[in-house]
Amino acid sequence: MFQKLYDWIDERIDITPIWRDIADHEVPEHVNPAHHFSAFVYCFGGLTFFVVVIQILSGMFLTMYYVPDIENAWKSVYYLQTQVAHGQIVRGMHHWGASVVIVMLLLHTLRVFFQGAYKKPRELNWIVGVLIFFIMIGLGFTGYLLPWDNKAYFATEVGLNIAGQVPLIGDWLKVLLAGDAQIVGAQTLTRFFAIHVFFLPGALFALLAVHFILIRRQGISGPL
Amino acid sequence: MSDEKQQVTRRQFLNYTLTGVGGFMAAGLLISPLRMAIDPVLQPSKKGDLANVGLAVDDIKDVPTRVDWKIDQVDAWYESEVSQTAWVYKNEKDEIVALSPICTHLGCTVSWEGNDQFPNEFYCPCHGGRYTKDGTNIPGTPPLEPLHQYEQKVKDGMLYLGNPHPRGEA
Repeated sequence: MFQKLYDWIDERIDITPIWRDIADHEVPEHVNPAHHFSAFVYCFGGLTFFVVVIQILSGMFLTMYYVPDIENAWKSVYYLQTQVAHGQIVRGMHHWGASVVIVMLLLHTLRVFFQGAYKKPRELNWIVGVLIFFIMIGLGFTGYLLPWDNKAYFATEVGLNIAGQVPLIGDWLKVLLAGDAQIVGAQTLTRFFAIHVFFLPGALFALLAVHFILIRRQGISGPL
Repeated sequence: MSDEKQQVTRRQFLNYTLTGVGGFMAAGLLISPLRMAIDPVLQPSKKGDLANVGLAVDDIKDVPTRVDWKIDQVDAWYESEVSQTAWVYKNEKDEIVALSPICTHLGCTVSWEGNDQFPNEFYCPCHGGRYTKDGTNIPGTPPLEPLHQYEQKVKDGMLYLGNPHPRGEA
């Protein structure tokens, strides 16, 4: 049945070549763990992406219950955590996944660094990767505030004061992030929510697209 | 390759294996989020307690009169007092009738003699739905069923009302 459906669509809009471009490509022997077990180090990039997909999915579902408002944020998280079936698991996926993303991302970076895979002609992709790293740090920082508990509040207080230490523009940057010169409160929470859920993921998708297109263009770097 | 046996090619075998493993992983990933998302549908319907509406049975007239009272409502993490309304009267058999003001067409609010053109009827301003005094919908107007009736009881001469039910189920 699926074959028929596929054929029906393919006959009209010719999707097979697109599908070929995406999925059908050669994996060189030196990156195939079936040939050299040590090639598992090449999996870290893909694993990072896999965990990012988990983060996106679990995050989408969490917004069904979460409210970015200082009166209700904590209560809605508590309700999700204690009253909703599997709510604890979904929030757990997002909570632990956030740490796993950073771990995988660092392992991927170490592999690229120690294999010298960032060298010419792949300098641009290294830079894109570093930008993705910054986006991930930003996602971690903004997401940390959202449960609106004590740990979240003081971690953000500290983070905002670090931002305030930036030379020349520090004070502005801090107000820009917090939404108020003195208070870490209603406006901080809505800003962090918007940044966490819309702005940073948008930037992340764009950078990931560039990252992947560049890999395809340039191929995987040769063996050591 | 022999045609006698239904041979599975390497490509087919890989396709099946990868689809299977991929499907298993996707299912493992999505099962909790989906269960969480459908949780409201699986909640048992709450049985509300009957509340004192502050109306003595002796004071109930034979003309529908609007009665307002407050109940405590728990809406997930938000608790509040919400206002309820009923149209209450005594019919010819001296029974108390407490009708919900929610139009059975599309949920607007009806009132007794809400339109001067239609005396002795409940009228809904949204689409001109009309009901007779006992809550029966008038044929030719939008509603397809009678106004719902509140679950009711009388205690110490006071009227208590619960949840509205379709007529016949109250």
